[in-house]
Amino acid sequence: MLEVRNLKVSYGQIEALHGVSISVEEGKIVTLIGANGAGKTTLLRALSGLIPVEAGEVELHGERITKEKPHKRVARGLAHVPEGRMVFANLSIAENLEMGAYLRKDKTAIAEDLDFVYELFPRLKERISQLAGTLSGGEQQMLAIGRALLSKPQCLMLDEPSLGIAPILTRNIFDQIVEINKQRGLTILLVEQNVNLALEISSYGYVIETGNLLFDGPAEELRKDPRVLEAYMGG
Amino acid sequence: MDTFLQQLFNGLFLGAIYALIALGYTMVYGILRFINFAHGEVYMVGAYVAYFAASMLLPLFGAGWLAFLLLLIIAMLACALLGVGIEWTVYRPLRHRPRLTVLITAIGVSLFLQYGGQSWLGAAPRAFPTLLPKSTVSLGPVQATNLQIVVLVTTLVLMLALRFFVMKTKLGKAMRAVSHNVQAASLMGINNDRVISVTFAVGSALAAAAGVLYAINYPTINPLMGLMPGLKAFVAAVLGGIGNIPGAAVGGLVLGIVETFAGGSPLLSPYRDAIAFGLLVLLLLFKPGGLLGKATVEKV
Repeated sequence: MLEVRNLKVSYGQIEALHGVSISVEEGKIVTLIGANGAGKTTLLRALSGLIPVEAGEVELHGERITKEKPHKRVARGLAHVPEGRMVFANLSIAENLEMGAYLRKDKTAIAEDLDFVYELFPRLKERISQLAGTLSGGEQQMLAIGRALLSKPQCLMLDEPSLGIAPILTRNIFDQIVEINKQRGLTILLVEQNVNLALEISSYGYVIETGNLLFDGPAEELRKDPRVLEAYMGG
Repeated sequence: MDTFLQQLFNGLFLGAIYALIALGYTMVYGILRFINFAHGEVYMVGAYVAYFAASMLLPLFGAGWLAFLLLLIIAMLACALLGVGIEWTVYRPLRHRPRLTVLITAIGVSLFLQYGGQSWLGAAPRAFPTLLPKSTVSLGPVQATNLQIVVLVTTLVLMLALRFFVMKTKLGKAMRAVSHNVQAASLMGINNDRVISVTFAVGSALAAAAGVLYAINYPTINPLMGLMPGLKAFVAAVLGGIGNIPGAAVGGLVLGIVETFAGGSPLLSPYRDAIAFGLLVLLLLFKPGGLLGKATVEKV
Protein backbone atom coordinates (compact mmCIF):
# COMPACT_ATOMS: atom_id res chain seq x y z
CA MET A 1 0.00 0.00 0.00
CA LEU A 2 2.57 2.53 1.16
CA GLU A 3 6.22 2.15 0.21
CA VAL A 4 8.89 4.50 1.48
CA ARG A 5 12.39 4.13 0.12
CA ASN A 6 15.48 5.79 1.47
CA LEU A 7 13.71 8.95 2.50
CA LYS A 8 15.82 11.95 3.45
CA VAL A 9 14.38 15.11 4.94
CA SER A 10 16.19 18.22 6.16
CA TYR A 11 15.25 21.26 8.17
CA GLY A 12 17.60 23.86 6.75
CA GLN A 13 21.11 22.55 7.26
CA ILE A 14 20.08 19.81 9.63
CA GLU A 15 19.14 16.45 8.23
CA ALA A 16 16.30 14.96 10.26
CA LEU A 17 15.82 11.71 8.36
CA HIS A 18 18.92 10.01 6.97
CA GLY A 19 17.35 7.61 4.54
CA VAL A 20 14.44 5.72 6.04
CA SER A 21 12.67 2.87 4.26
CA ILE A 22 9.41 1.39 5.47
CA SER A 23 6.65 -0.61 3.92
CA VAL A 24 3.05 -0.62 5.05
CA GLU A 25 0.99 -3.58 3.90
CA GLU A 26 -2.63 -3.18 2.91
CA GLY A 27 -5.15 -3.63 5.71
CA LYS A 28 -2.53 -3.73 8.45
CA ILE A 29 -1.81 -1.51 11.42
CA VAL A 30 1.87 -0.59 11.45
CA THR A 31 3.57 1.35 14.23
CA LEU A 32 6.57 3.64 14.27
CA ILE A 33 8.40 3.53 17.57
CA GLY A 34 11.05 5.92 18.71
CA ALA A 35 11.98 8.48 21.35
CA ASN A 36 11.09 12.14 21.14
CA GLY A 37 12.95 13.77 18.27
CA ALA A 38 13.62 10.46 16.53
CA GLY A 39 11.94 11.71 13.38
CA LYS A 40 8.56 9.93 13.49
CA THR A 41 6.50 13.08 13.08
CA THR A 42 8.90 14.30 10.41
CA LEU A 43 8.38 11.08 8.51
CA LEU A 44 4.59 11.38 8.61
CA ARG A 45 4.75 15.04 7.58
CA ALA A 46 6.96 14.12 4.65
CA LEU A 47 4.57 11.35 3.64
CA SER A 48 1.57 13.68 3.57
CA GLY A 49 3.58 16.36 1.78
CA LEU A 50 3.61 19.00 4.52
CA ILE A 51 7.40 19.14 4.31
CA PRO A 52 9.49 18.59 1.20
CA VAL A 53 11.57 15.49 0.70
CA GLU A 54 15.24 15.82 -0.14
CA ALA A 55 15.83 12.37 -1.54
CA GLY A 56 14.10 9.02 -1.73
CA GLU A 57 10.71 7.88 -2.94
CA VAL A 58 7.20 7.62 -1.59
CA GLU A 59 4.79 5.30 -3.35
CA LEU A 60 1.10 4.88 -2.66
CA HIS A 61 -0.52 1.97 -4.51
CA GLY A 62 2.61 1.73 -6.61
CA GLU A 63 2.27 5.33 -7.76
CA ARG A 64 4.94 7.85 -6.99
CA ILE A 65 3.67 10.75 -4.87
CA THR A 66 7.02 12.03 -3.59
CA LYS A 67 6.61 15.50 -5.04
CA GLU A 68 2.84 15.91 -4.91
CA LYS A 69 1.14 18.65 -2.96
CA PRO A 70 -0.69 17.59 0.22
CA HIS A 71 -4.20 18.13 -1.17
CA LYS A 72 -3.43 15.87 -4.16
CA ARG A 73 -2.30 13.09 -1.83
CA VAL A 74 -5.59 13.35 0.04
CA ALA A 75 -7.36 12.81 -3.27
CA ARG A 76 -5.30 9.64 -3.69
CA GLY A 77 -6.55 8.23 -0.42
CA LEU A 78 -3.87 9.23 2.06
CA ALA A 79 -5.15 10.86 5.26
CA HIS A 80 -3.03 12.30 8.03
CA VAL A 81 -4.21 13.10 11.55
CA PRO A 82 -1.42 15.46 12.55
CA GLU A 83 0.30 15.81 15.88
CA GLY A 84 -1.61 18.22 18.08
CA ARG A 85 -4.82 17.32 16.23
CA MET A 86 -5.14 20.66 14.40
CA VAL A 87 -8.91 20.77 14.40
CA PHE A 88 -10.40 23.98 13.04
CA ALA A 89 -11.20 25.65 16.34
CA ASN A 90 -13.22 28.38 14.63
CA LEU A 91 -15.50 25.88 12.88
CA SER A 92 -18.24 23.74 14.38
CA ILE A 93 -17.92 19.98 14.74
CA ALA A 94 -20.22 19.48 11.75
CA GLU A 95 -18.21 21.95 9.66
CA ASN A 96 -14.93 20.27 10.62
CA LEU A 97 -16.31 16.95 9.44
CA GLU A 98 -17.63 18.59 6.28
CA MET A 99 -14.12 19.86 5.57
CA GLY A 100 -12.91 16.28 5.92
CA ALA A 101 -15.16 15.36 3.00
CA TYR A 102 -14.05 18.45 1.04
CA LEU A 103 -13.07 16.58 -2.12
CA ARG A 104 -16.04 14.24 -2.20
CA LYS A 105 -19.27 14.67 -4.13
CA ASP A 106 -21.03 11.36 -3.27
CA LYS A 107 -23.61 12.74 -0.84
CA THR A 108 -25.18 9.45 0.25
CA ALA A 109 -21.82 7.81 0.90
CA ILE A 110 -20.70 10.87 2.86
CA ALA A 111 -23.82 10.60 5.02
CA GLU A 112 -23.03 6.92 5.65
CA ASP A 113 -19.46 7.72 6.62
CA LEU A 114 -20.75 10.46 8.90
CA ASP A 115 -22.98 7.93 10.63
CA PHE A 116 -19.99 5.60 10.98
CA VAL A 117 -17.97 8.36 12.64
CA TYR A 118 -20.81 9.25 15.01
CA GLU A 119 -21.14 5.58 15.87
CA LEU A 120 -17.44 5.37 16.69
CA PHE A 121 -17.47 8.61 18.66
CA PRO A 122 -20.99 9.34 19.95
CA ARG A 123 -19.64 12.33 21.89
CA LEU A 124 -19.18 14.17 18.61
CA LYS A 125 -22.81 13.78 17.69
CA GLU A 126 -23.89 15.31 21.00
CA ARG A 127 -21.83 18.41 20.27
CA ILE A 128 -22.49 18.77 16.57
CA SER A 129 -22.98 22.54 16.44
CA GLN A 130 -20.39 23.40 19.07
CA LEU A 131 -17.16 25.09 17.97
CA ALA A 132 -14.29 22.61 17.84
CA GLY A 133 -12.17 24.93 19.98
CA THR A 134 -14.46 24.28 22.94
CA LEU A 135 -13.85 20.51 22.93
CA SER A 136 -11.55 18.69 25.35
CA GLY A 137 -8.29 17.26 24.05
CA GLY A 138 -9.74 13.77 23.77
CA GLU A 139 -12.82 14.98 21.93
CA GLN A 140 -10.64 16.99 19.57
CA GLN A 141 -8.68 13.84 18.85
CA MET A 142 -11.91 12.02 18.06
CA LEU A 143 -12.90 14.86 15.77
CA ALA A 144 -9.52 14.85 14.05
CA ILE A 145 -9.79 11.12 13.39
CA GLY A 146 -13.41 11.42 12.27
CA ARG A 147 -12.52 14.28 9.96
CA ALA A 148 -9.74 12.24 8.39
CA LEU A 149 -12.09 9.26 7.92
CA LEU A 150 -14.52 11.44 6.00
CA SER A 151 -11.97 11.89 3.24
CA LYS A 152 -12.56 8.17 2.63
CA PRO A 153 -8.90 7.27 2.88
CA GLN A 154 -7.27 3.99 2.05
CA CYS A 155 -4.33 4.71 4.28
CA LEU A 156 -4.68 6.59 7.55
CA MET A 157 -1.68 8.06 9.34
CA LEU A 158 -2.14 8.87 13.04
CA ASP A 159 0.41 10.99 14.89
CA GLU A 160 0.35 10.54 18.67
CA PRO A 161 -3.38 10.03 19.16
CA SER A 162 -2.85 9.67 22.93
CA LEU A 163 -0.88 12.90 23.39
CA GLY A 164 -2.30 14.98 26.22
CA ILE A 165 -5.39 12.85 26.61
CA ALA A 166 -6.91 11.27 29.70
CA PRO A 167 -5.96 7.54 29.94
CA ILE A 168 -9.60 6.39 29.84
CA LEU A 169 -10.17 8.25 26.60
CA THR A 170 -6.93 6.91 25.17
CA ARG A 171 -8.18 3.36 25.65
CA ASN A 172 -11.43 4.27 23.94
CA ILE A 173 -9.70 5.92 21.02
CA PHE A 174 -7.40 2.93 20.50
CA ASP A 175 -10.36 0.58 20.57
CA GLN A 176 -11.97 2.67 17.86
CA ILE A 177 -8.77 2.64 15.80
CA VAL A 178 -8.92 -1.15 15.83
CA GLU A 179 -12.61 -0.95 14.93
CA ILE A 180 -11.83 1.32 11.96
CA ASN A 181 -9.15 -1.08 10.79
CA LYS A 182 -11.45 -4.09 11.12
CA GLN A 183 -14.68 -2.68 9.76
CA ARG A 184 -13.22 -0.66 6.93
CA GLY A 185 -10.12 -2.65 6.19
CA LEU A 186 -8.28 0.61 6.44
CA THR A 187 -4.50 0.55 6.41
CA ILE A 188 -3.11 2.45 9.39
CA LEU A 189 0.32 3.90 10.05
CA LEU A 190 0.56 4.82 13.70
CA VAL A 191 3.04 6.93 15.61
CA GLU A 192 2.63 6.54 19.35
CA GLN A 193 4.58 7.24 22.53
CA ASN A 194 2.67 4.58 24.39
CA VAL A 195 4.64 1.75 22.81
CA ASN A 196 2.91 -0.99 24.75
CA LEU A 197 -0.51 0.07 23.60
CA ALA A 198 0.66 0.69 20.04
CA LEU A 199 2.27 -2.74 19.64
CA GLU A 200 -0.78 -4.37 21.17
CA ILE A 201 -2.99 -3.26 18.29
CA SER A 202 -0.36 -3.39 15.52
CA SER A 203 0.85 -6.24 13.40
CA TYR A 204 4.22 -4.77 12.52
CA GLY A 205 6.58 -2.16 13.90
CA TYR A 206 9.57 -0.04 12.93
CA VAL A 207 11.99 1.40 15.47
CA ILE A 208 13.48 4.77 14.55
CA GLU A 209 16.22 6.61 16.35
CA THR A 210 17.73 10.00 15.47
CA GLY A 211 16.57 9.84 11.91
CA ASN A 212 17.64 6.26 11.21
CA LEU A 213 15.74 3.02 11.06
CA LEU A 214 17.21 0.78 13.77
CA PHE A 215 15.26 -2.44 13.24
CA ASP A 216 11.79 -3.70 12.50
CA GLY A 217 9.68 -6.77 12.94
CA PRO A 218 6.26 -8.22 13.71
CA ALA A 219 4.65 -6.47 16.68
CA GLU A 220 4.51 -9.74 18.63
CA GLU A 221 8.29 -10.09 18.47
CA LEU A 222 8.99 -6.42 19.15
CA ARG A 223 6.97 -6.63 22.35
CA LYS A 224 9.36 -9.26 23.65
CA ASP A 225 12.50 -7.77 22.13
CA PRO A 226 14.88 -6.75 24.94
CA ARG A 227 15.99 -3.68 22.97
CA VAL A 228 12.42 -2.41 22.79
CA LEU A 229 11.64 -3.39 26.35
CA GLU A 230 14.65 -1.57 27.67
CA ALA A 231 14.51 1.58 25.60
CA TYR A 232 10.80 2.24 25.22
CA MET A 233 8.87 0.32 27.84
CA GLY A 234 10.81 1.26 30.91
CA GLY A 235 12.67 -2.07 31.12
CA MET B 1 -31.09 65.87 18.20
CA ASP B 2 -31.90 66.28 14.53
CA THR B 3 -28.33 67.32 13.81
CA PHE B 4 -27.14 64.31 15.74
CA LEU B 5 -29.24 61.92 13.66
CA GLN B 6 -28.23 63.70 10.47
CA GLN B 7 -24.56 63.36 11.35
CA LEU B 8 -25.06 59.76 12.37
CA PHE B 9 -26.55 59.04 8.97
CA ASN B 10 -23.73 60.84 7.16
CA GLY B 11 -21.30 58.84 9.27
CA LEU B 12 -22.96 55.57 8.33
CA PHE B 13 -22.66 56.50 4.69
CA LEU B 14 -18.93 57.23 4.95
CA GLY B 15 -18.47 54.20 7.20
CA ALA B 16 -20.10 51.92 4.64
CA ILE B 17 -17.41 52.85 2.10
CA TYR B 18 -14.66 52.25 4.68
CA ALA B 19 -16.25 48.98 5.71
CA LEU B 20 -16.35 47.63 2.17
CA ILE B 21 -12.64 48.35 1.71
CA ALA B 22 -11.77 47.12 5.21
CA LEU B 23 -13.32 43.72 4.46
CA GLY B 24 -10.64 43.05 1.84
CA TYR B 25 -7.82 43.97 4.21
CA THR B 26 -9.16 41.75 6.93
CA MET B 27 -9.91 38.75 4.69
CA VAL B 28 -6.43 38.73 3.19
CA TYR B 29 -4.90 39.20 6.62
CA GLY B 30 -7.01 36.37 7.99
CA ILE B 31 -5.53 33.99 5.43
CA LEU B 32 -2.01 35.21 4.76
CA ARG B 33 -1.29 37.28 7.89
CA PHE B 34 -0.09 40.32 6.02
CA ILE B 35 -1.56 43.72 5.19
CA ASN B 36 -2.11 44.12 1.47
CA PHE B 37 -1.28 47.82 1.28
CA ALA B 38 -2.10 47.82 -2.43
CA HIS B 39 -5.75 47.31 -1.50
CA GLY B 40 -6.61 51.03 -1.52
CA GLU B 41 -5.41 51.21 -5.11
CA VAL B 42 -7.76 48.40 -6.10
CA TYR B 43 -10.54 50.71 -4.90
CA MET B 44 -9.13 53.45 -7.17
CA VAL B 45 -8.91 51.09 -10.13
CA GLY B 46 -12.51 50.08 -9.50
CA ALA B 47 -13.63 53.68 -9.91
CA TYR B 48 -11.54 54.03 -13.09
CA VAL B 49 -12.86 50.81 -14.60
CA ALA B 50 -16.39 52.08 -14.05
CA TYR B 51 -15.40 55.43 -15.54
CA PHE B 52 -14.03 53.94 -18.76
CA ALA B 53 -16.78 51.33 -19.00
CA ALA B 54 -19.32 54.13 -18.57
CA SER B 55 -17.90 56.01 -21.55
CA MET B 56 -18.62 52.90 -23.65
CA LEU B 57 -21.88 51.80 -22.07
CA LEU B 58 -23.71 55.04 -21.40
CA PRO B 59 -24.18 55.81 -25.12
CA LEU B 60 -25.79 52.37 -25.43
CA PHE B 61 -27.91 52.15 -22.31
CA GLY B 62 -28.18 55.71 -21.09
CA ALA B 63 -27.89 56.58 -17.41
CA GLY B 64 -30.07 54.81 -14.92
CA TRP B 65 -30.29 51.77 -12.70
CA LEU B 66 -29.30 49.32 -15.39
CA ALA B 67 -26.14 51.29 -16.17
CA PHE B 68 -25.32 51.58 -12.47
CA LEU B 69 -25.70 47.86 -11.83
CA LEU B 70 -23.80 46.90 -14.97
CA LEU B 71 -20.91 49.22 -14.14
CA LEU B 72 -20.84 48.02 -10.57
CA ILE B 73 -20.58 44.41 -11.75
CA ILE B 74 -17.99 45.20 -14.42
CA ALA B 75 -15.81 47.08 -11.93
CA MET B 76 -16.13 44.27 -9.38
CA LEU B 77 -15.22 41.58 -11.91
CA ALA B 78 -12.29 43.56 -13.31
CA CYS B 79 -10.89 44.20 -9.86
CA ALA B 80 -11.42 40.61 -8.82
CA LEU B 81 -9.12 39.72 -11.71
CA LEU B 82 -6.70 42.48 -10.74
CA GLY B 83 -6.57 41.23 -7.15
CA VAL B 84 -5.97 37.64 -8.24
CA GLY B 85 -3.34 38.88 -10.71
CA ILE B 86 -1.49 40.88 -8.07
CA GLU B 87 -1.48 37.92 -5.72
CA TRP B 88 -0.39 35.54 -8.44
CA THR B 89 2.43 37.60 -9.90
CA VAL B 90 3.71 39.45 -6.85
CA TYR B 91 2.75 37.85 -3.55
CA ARG B 92 2.74 34.16 -4.46
CA PRO B 93 6.44 33.99 -5.36
CA LEU B 94 7.14 35.56 -1.95
CA ARG B 95 4.84 33.21 -0.05
CA HIS B 96 7.57 31.59 1.99
CA ARG B 97 9.63 34.70 2.51
CA PRO B 98 9.56 36.71 5.73
CA ARG B 99 6.33 38.63 6.18
CA LEU B 100 8.17 41.94 6.28
CA THR B 101 9.36 41.30 2.72
CA VAL B 102 5.78 40.82 1.57
CA LEU B 103 4.62 43.91 3.44
CA ILE B 104 7.25 46.13 1.82
CA THR B 105 6.38 44.60 -1.55
CA ALA B 106 2.72 45.46 -0.96
CA ILE B 107 3.68 49.09 -0.39
CA GLY B 108 5.68 48.86 -3.62
CA VAL B 109 2.63 47.57 -5.52
CA SER B 110 0.58 50.38 -4.01
CA LEU B 111 3.04 53.04 -5.18
CA PHE B 112 3.30 51.36 -8.56
CA LEU B 113 -0.46 51.55 -9.07
CA GLN B 114 -0.66 55.13 -7.80
CA TYR B 115 2.11 56.56 -9.95
CA GLY B 116 1.63 54.12 -12.80
CA GLY B 117 -1.94 55.39 -12.77
CA GLN B 118 -0.76 59.00 -12.84
CA SER B 119 1.56 58.24 -15.69
CA TRP B 120 -0.96 56.35 -17.86
CA LEU B 121 -4.21 58.02 -16.91
CA GLY B 122 -2.89 61.48 -16.14
CA ALA B 123 -2.74 63.11 -12.75
CA ALA B 124 -5.68 65.43 -13.48
CA PRO B 125 -8.93 64.48 -11.80
CA ARG B 126 -11.67 63.23 -14.11
CA ALA B 127 -15.36 63.88 -13.78
CA PHE B 128 -17.27 60.68 -13.14
CA PRO B 129 -20.47 60.67 -15.21
CA THR B 130 -23.86 60.91 -13.55
CA LEU B 131 -25.37 57.44 -13.46
CA LEU B 132 -28.35 58.16 -11.27
CA PRO B 133 -29.87 61.64 -11.02
CA LYS B 134 -29.47 62.98 -7.53
CA SER B 135 -32.54 63.77 -5.47
CA THR B 136 -33.20 64.50 -1.84
CA VAL B 137 -35.16 62.15 0.36
CA SER B 138 -36.45 62.88 3.84
CA LEU B 139 -36.19 60.01 6.30
CA GLY B 140 -37.93 61.54 9.30
CA PRO B 141 -35.61 64.22 10.60
CA VAL B 142 -32.75 63.08 8.37
CA GLN B 143 -32.14 64.59 4.96
CA ALA B 144 -30.53 62.05 2.68
CA THR B 145 -29.82 61.84 -1.00
CA ASN B 146 -31.02 58.90 -3.00
CA LEU B 147 -27.37 58.19 -3.80
CA GLN B 148 -26.48 57.85 -0.13
CA ILE B 149 -29.29 55.36 0.23
CA VAL B 150 -27.99 53.47 -2.81
CA VAL B 151 -24.62 53.24 -1.06
CA LEU B 152 -26.12 51.95 2.17
CA VAL B 153 -28.37 49.42 0.48
CA THR B 154 -25.66 48.14 -1.87
CA THR B 155 -23.25 47.82 1.05
CA LEU B 156 -25.82 45.93 3.09
CA VAL B 157 -26.56 43.56 0.22
CA LEU B 158 -22.86 42.91 -0.41
CA MET B 159 -22.18 42.30 3.27
CA LEU B 160 -25.07 39.86 3.57
CA ALA B 161 -23.87 38.08 0.44
CA LEU B 162 -20.36 37.89 1.90
CA ARG B 163 -21.68 36.57 5.17
CA PHE B 164 -23.66 33.89 3.37
CA PHE B 165 -20.60 32.96 1.28
CA VAL B 166 -18.25 32.70 4.26
CA MET B 167 -20.62 30.97 6.66
CA LYS B 168 -22.71 28.70 4.45
CA THR B 169 -20.84 27.70 1.31
CA LYS B 170 -18.21 25.00 1.15
CA LEU B 171 -15.64 27.38 -0.28
CA GLY B 172 -16.40 29.91 2.45
CA LYS B 173 -15.93 27.25 5.11
CA ALA B 174 -12.69 26.23 3.45
CA MET B 175 -11.63 29.86 3.64
CA ARG B 176 -12.23 29.88 7.38
CA ALA B 177 -10.41 26.57 7.71
CA VAL B 178 -7.38 27.91 5.82
CA SER B 179 -7.35 31.05 7.93
CA HIS B 180 -7.24 28.94 11.07
CA ASN B 181 -4.62 26.42 9.99
CA VAL B 182 -3.17 26.27 6.49
CA GLN B 183 -1.51 22.89 6.96
CA ALA B 184 -4.55 21.21 8.41
CA ALA B 185 -6.61 22.63 5.56
CA SER B 186 -4.30 21.09 2.99
CA LEU B 187 -4.67 17.76 4.80
CA MET B 188 -8.41 17.99 4.08
CA GLY B 189 -7.67 18.15 0.38
CA ILE B 190 -8.23 21.92 0.25
CA ASN B 191 -6.14 23.59 -2.42
CA ASN B 192 -4.76 26.53 -0.44
CA ASP B 193 -3.64 28.43 -3.52
CA ARG B 194 -7.15 28.35 -4.88
CA VAL B 195 -8.66 29.56 -1.62
CA ILE B 196 -6.13 32.38 -1.49
CA SER B 197 -7.04 33.41 -5.05
CA VAL B 198 -10.73 33.43 -4.17
CA THR B 199 -10.01 35.55 -1.09
CA PHE B 200 -8.19 38.14 -3.17
CA ALA B 201 -10.95 38.08 -5.78
CA VAL B 202 -13.73 38.64 -3.25
CA GLY B 203 -11.86 41.30 -1.27
CA SER B 204 -10.87 43.18 -4.42
CA ALA B 205 -14.40 43.05 -5.81
CA LEU B 206 -15.70 44.63 -2.60
CA ALA B 207 -13.09 47.39 -2.85
CA ALA B 208 -14.14 48.01 -6.45
CA ALA B 209 -17.75 48.32 -5.34
CA ALA B 210 -16.65 50.88 -2.76
CA GLY B 211 -14.82 52.79 -5.51
CA VAL B 212 -17.93 52.94 -7.70
CA LEU B 213 -20.16 53.88 -4.76
CA TYR B 214 -17.80 56.67 -3.82
CA ALA B 215 -17.61 57.92 -7.40
CA ILE B 216 -21.37 58.23 -7.86
CA ASN B 217 -21.47 60.45 -4.77
CA TYR B 218 -18.28 62.47 -5.18
CA PRO B 219 -17.90 62.44 -8.93
CA THR B 220 -14.25 63.29 -9.32
CA ILE B 221 -11.71 60.53 -9.47
CA ASN B 222 -7.91 60.62 -9.62
CA PRO B 223 -5.13 58.05 -9.42
CA LEU B 224 -4.28 58.96 -5.81
CA MET B 225 -7.85 58.71 -4.57
CA GLY B 226 -7.20 55.31 -3.00
CA LEU B 227 -4.50 56.50 -0.62
CA MET B 228 -6.56 58.06 2.18
CA PRO B 229 -9.59 55.72 2.06
CA GLY B 230 -7.14 52.81 1.88
CA LEU B 231 -5.37 53.93 5.04
CA LYS B 232 -8.65 54.72 6.78
CA ALA B 233 -10.06 51.32 5.87
CA PHE B 234 -6.88 49.73 7.21
CA VAL B 235 -7.49 51.60 10.47
CA ALA B 236 -11.10 50.37 10.38
CA ALA B 237 -9.98 46.78 9.89
CA VAL B 238 -7.59 47.00 12.84
CA LEU B 239 -10.22 48.84 14.86
CA GLY B 240 -12.65 45.96 14.43
CA GLY B 241 -9.99 43.30 14.99
CA ILE B 242 -7.84 42.43 12.01
CA GLY B 243 -8.76 39.09 10.50
CA ASN B 244 -12.31 39.35 11.82
CA ILE B 245 -14.90 39.88 9.07
CA PRO B 246 -17.78 41.30 11.14
CA GLY B 247 -15.11 43.36 12.90
CA ALA B 248 -14.13 45.06 9.65
CA ALA B 249 -17.74 46.05 9.03
CA VAL B 250 -18.16 47.39 12.56
CA GLY B 251 -14.77 49.12 12.47
CA GLY B 252 -15.64 50.85 9.20
CA LEU B 253 -18.94 52.13 10.51
CA VAL B 254 -17.42 53.31 13.81
CA LEU B 255 -14.63 55.12 12.00
CA GLY B 256 -17.02 56.74 9.53
CA ILE B 257 -19.27 57.96 12.34
CA VAL B 258 -16.42 59.27 14.51
CA GLU B 259 -14.88 61.04 11.56
CA THR B 260 -18.18 62.63 10.53
CA PHE B 261 -18.89 63.89 14.02
CA ALA B 262 -15.37 65.30 14.26
CA GLY B 263 -15.77 66.91 10.86
CA GLY B 264 -19.10 68.43 11.87
CA SER B 265 -17.70 70.24 14.87
CA PRO B 266 -15.99 73.52 13.97
CA LEU B 267 -13.46 72.99 16.72
CA LEU B 268 -12.41 69.46 15.70
CA SER B 269 -12.98 69.52 11.98
CA PRO B 270 -9.40 70.44 11.00
CA TYR B 271 -8.28 67.36 12.96
CA ARG B 272 -10.65 64.76 11.54
CA ASP B 273 -7.91 62.64 9.98
CA ALA B 274 -5.76 63.03 13.08
CA ILE B 275 -8.70 61.81 15.13
CA ALA B 276 -9.18 58.77 12.90
CA PHE B 277 -5.54 57.77 13.20
CA GLY B 278 -5.44 58.80 16.87
CA LEU B 279 -8.22 56.32 17.42
CA LEU B 280 -5.93 53.63 16.02
CA VAL B 281 -3.13 54.61 18.41
CA LEU B 282 -5.49 54.57 21.38
CA LEU B 283 -6.94 51.23 20.37
CA LEU B 284 -3.54 49.65 19.89
CA LEU B 285 -2.55 50.92 23.34
CA PHE B 286 -5.61 49.73 25.22
CA LYS B 287 -7.25 46.97 23.20
CA PRO B 288 -4.68 45.71 20.71
CA GLY B 289 -6.93 42.88 19.54
CA GLY B 290 -9.52 45.33 18.20
CA LEU B 291 -13.17 45.77 19.08
CA LEU B 292 -14.28 42.28 18.06
CA GLY B 293 -10.93 40.54 17.84
CA LYS B 294 -9.08 38.75 20.55
CA ALA B 295 -5.53 39.59 21.47
CA THR B 296 -3.02 37.06 20.26
CA VAL B 297 0.68 36.89 20.87
CA GLU B 298 2.71 37.47 17.76
CA LYS B 299 5.34 34.79 17.31
CA VAL B 300 8.59 36.44 16.28
